[in-house]
Amino acid sequence: MDPRRASRTVSDPKIRQVGFFAPPPDRSFSGPPDPISTSTPNPAAATTTAAAANTSSPPPISDLSPSGNSLSPVMIPPPRHSSDTTHRPVPFPPVSPLRRDTLSLTVGSYNNNNNNIISSSPTASFYDESKGITVKVSPTPAASSFPGGGFDLTAVKASSVPASGLTTVSVVKTLPPGFTEKVGGSVEMQNDLPANSKPLKERTSKAERRALQEAQRAAKAAAKAEGSKLSATTSGAVASANAKPTKATKPSSQKNDSATVASSEKKGGDRPPEKDRKKDAPHPRMQYDDKSRVEKAKRRAVVKQTEARNRVELFRHLPQYEHGTQLPDLESKFFQLDPVHPVVYKVGLQYISGDISGGNARCIAMLQAFQEAIKDYSTPDEKTLTRDLTAKINSYVSFLNECRPLSISMGNAIRFLKNRIAKLPLTLSESEAKAFLQSDIEQFISEKIILADKVIVKHAVTKIRDGDVLLTHGSSSAVEMILLHAHELGKQFRVVIVDSRPKLEGQLLLRRLVGKGLSCTYANINAVSYIMHEVTRVFLGASSVLSNGTVYSRVGTACVAMVAHEFRVPVLVCCEAYKFHERVQLDSICSNELGDPDAISKVPGREDINYLDGCTNSENLQLLNLIYDATPSDYVSMIVTDYGMVPPTSVPVIVREYCRDQVWI
Amino acid sequence: MSELAVGNIVRRVLHIIREEDHSNTRDAVEGFRLSVGGDNDYIVEQDHLNLSVAAQSSLCRPSLHALLERSPDSATTYFTATTEDDSEEKRKSLDPNARSLEFRRKVISAVNDLIEDINTCHLVIAELAVEHIHHNEVILTFGRSRTVKEFLCAAKEKKRSFGLFVAEGAPKYQGHLLAKELAARGLQTTVITDSAVFAMISRVNMVIVGVHAVMANGGVIGPVGLNMVALAARKHAVPFVVVTGTHKLCPLYPNNPEVSLNEMRSPSEVLSFEEFSDCMDYRIGTGAPQLHVGNPSFDYVPPELVSLFITDIGGYYPSYMYRLIADYYSSDDLVIQQKPAS
Repeated sequence: MDPRRASRTVSDPKIRQVGFFAPPPDRSFSGPPDPISTSTPNPAAATTTAAAANTSSPPPISDLSPSGNSLSPVMIPPPRHSSDTTHRPVPFPPVSPLRRDTLSLTVGSYNNNNNNIISSSPTASFYDESKGITVKVSPTPAASSFPGGGFDLTAVKASSVPASGLTTVSVVKTLPPGFTEKVGGSVEMQNDLPANSKPLKERTSKAERRALQEAQRAAKAAAKAEGSKLSATTSGAVASANAKPTKATKPSSQKNDSATVASSEKKGGDRPPEKDRKKDAPHPRMQYDDKSRVEKAKRRAVVKQTEARNRVELFRHLPQYEHGTQLPDLESKFFQLDPVHPVVYKVGLQYISGDISGGNARCIAMLQAFQEAIKDYSTPDEKTLTRDLTAKINSYVSFLNECRPLSISMGNAIRFLKNRIAKLPLTLSESEAKAFLQSDIEQFISEKIILADKVIVKHAVTKIRDGDVLLTHGSSSAVEMILLHAHELGKQFRVVIVDSRPKLEGQLLLRRLVGKGLSCTYANINAVSYIMHEVTRVFLGASSVLSNGTVYSRVGTACVAMVAHEFRVPVLVCCEAYKFHERVQLDSICSNELGDPDAISKVPGREDINYLDGCTNSENLQLLNLIYDATPSDYVSMIVTDYGMVPPTSVPVIVREYCRDQVWI
Repeated sequence: MSELAVGNIVRRVLHIIREEDHSNTRDAVEGFRLSVGGDNDYIVEQDHLNLSVAAQSSLCRPSLHALLERSPDSATTYFTATTEDDSEEKRKSLDPNARSLEFRRKVISAVNDLIEDINTCHLVIAELAVEHIHHNEVILTFGRSRTVKEFLCAAKEKKRSFGLFVAEGAPKYQGHLLAKELAARGLQTTVITDSAVFAMISRVNMVIVGVHAVMANGGVIGPVGLNMVALAARKHAVPFVVVTGTHKLCPLYPNNPEVSLNEMRSPSEVLSFEEFSDCMDYRIGTGAPQLHVGNPSFDYVPPELVSLFITDIGGYYPSYMYRLIADYYSSDDLVIQQKPAS
């Protein structure tokens, strides 16, 4: 289906331009929906706005401009689901009763699952413990709200079904995907649907024209500035897209727009641009050696970060800040930070200080914070809930990204949330919509994370035999659950925990496992060659698995996998499917996160070897603290996911079939 | 068994002594065989090994102990030639005491030469640096080695500009010290953790390390973590270069080197006792401790992973190292017998 080029149209915000005809709410999806609905004379307005929608037609997402009726030129990938995606069946593999809690999953009925999950409190607490990290945002509110939410869900679903047929807003794909002047641009913006990007939206005619001019100007500037960019056009398009919303209306929205757009391109979570055409390549993430972008992002930043003085040249394309400088600053601003909800603020502070770490923990903390924010949210006058809420979410996301670059799991979750917001039927009242969203979030957490972990544990314990010596690196929540469960089942095995500097997360895992009665061996990563002689299996966790089979995980994982491969020891990676991503990466340099260099110079507990104290500012000496690294797929024997145990080559298949278009089957 | 260099030096000294003896016998043999000639001024060297072997077979070989003591009735002479035409007469005419004294003097001076060699090996090796390090290269090193330090500084002196990654080398963290010293000398260094080695090695041109000992098969014993670095280097086709003095060449073959040639250090370097004191007391059913901590000191790198040895006598391939053993050690000394206490 060809996305049609959207022409500039202006429409009164109160009149919904329907660009996309929602298919009847039955599961079967009938081909690419006719992009032009009957009532829409003008196709999508802002071409560049496109943004989000692509696939799932989020309606004019996050438009900040009150006047905006930006019909996001939307791509029309044939959604595989009906417009009301919440109706989708849940094809979870039937879960055999685990010891911890007996879950009977019946396909298609969320309520049972949810109730089971929530009612068994050990689950909630178990989950917490297994994370091993104090998540200060308690899950109980979510738990308590969930059953209610679940019911609401069905109610809402029922009511929304007929409505969906009428209201196209939820599925608005305004006409053709805004392929703006630059094809890539709209694509970008669309992808921005996920996480940070500020989906562009409608604007008035004058604003549009202004925006178009700005876009062209910015595109030229961006194209010049980004000589080093992978694809100048796409980035230019992005820049133009950025420029557009920037010039749109409110300065505040501008700020958020550019910030979010800029941040969206950051390496953080990347959202494969939902393009209508599946063949569109994701636009490159923000590269920090582009001065203009960095300057722009800095101006919009909420968190003041000073760039590190001693930057490693090889990593100029990544943000490198002075650590420890933002925390006191942010703490003092706690009560003044209006745009940011206090719960989100708290979570951001926890990220900075390192209280919450680990893909699952950060994702859950963020989603729960969003739940709170949504609960407290009230639509201002003259604005639509979906657009304004999406804008707010974007601003929160950019704030969190400034605190600590987003992980890929968080990026995927944000994409999911924005998609949900975009799909809200218009006829819902505000409270209903909010409840709807909250239950959606709850469902995501319970299905994609908690339930997925249970499935992974169930699969993986079959690979543990009596007499095994299992090696793990760092502290992964999934691996910890597997080990504890296997221990409960009565299997006799030993655990070797390999730890690496500077985070030394293995010590936390060690403490928890020893407390539960497992016999453990602890070693530094240097000793992995020594230890590997007696190891029978290696279990590793992952922050994400990329589409070329590369496992993106804590630094040191690649070394462990390589040595295991050398000694012919099978390596099993345990990763929930929601962490999979379309991105590809060959090595650990193209995209990474840089931590605090001071963490390297200080060796805790060993005062005799603090040679490097105070040396961080020497001009010839740099300290490099990588957080992640990329493990090539040939070192990985098997990936255990909630879709089963698959080889690394199956990851793009799972991404395509189950994770694209926010289907989240 | 962990400090192999000690055994090496002992064997070297023994070898020197034997060599001195052989050369004396050789000279004696030559003196006997040849007429007056000036060929006695040739000092102990291997090229006359065959002669000394012949001499050996013809004469009864005294024990080392006897060599250093006065050994009056040996037919061997203990005086290496000092180019005299009448040296043989002179030799024959010396009394045994003077001969043994002379022998000891010779041995001592050879041992002094050995000491000098060991002390200055890194300088000799550093002269070879300019052949291997070129402009705009990125080099990775692990832990701290004085030889490597001098090697890199020599290249810097020759105005080669290169970047350097130093892996810190836990749990001793000697990499920090090396980085500080090199940065003070003007080299562009970046300190990375050992876990980041695989991540960074794709951008590295060469890995240069110093080791603890070189085994007879060409494998090396190095600081713990070196095997990981070598594997990563092989995966990325990065040359793994070992710089070492010949005094580290050990004539032994590594059998189960992780255990037999390793040394376990205190667990407190890895896991702080204060933090984990509560976990130390846990016991599993059989009474064995539940928590083990491993802190090996050395790592074995097999010869297939090493690309090149740079020594003070030149560069060699790992499969050649066993040849050098014959140069420096006598086969009798390979297994040092413990004398039964009597």
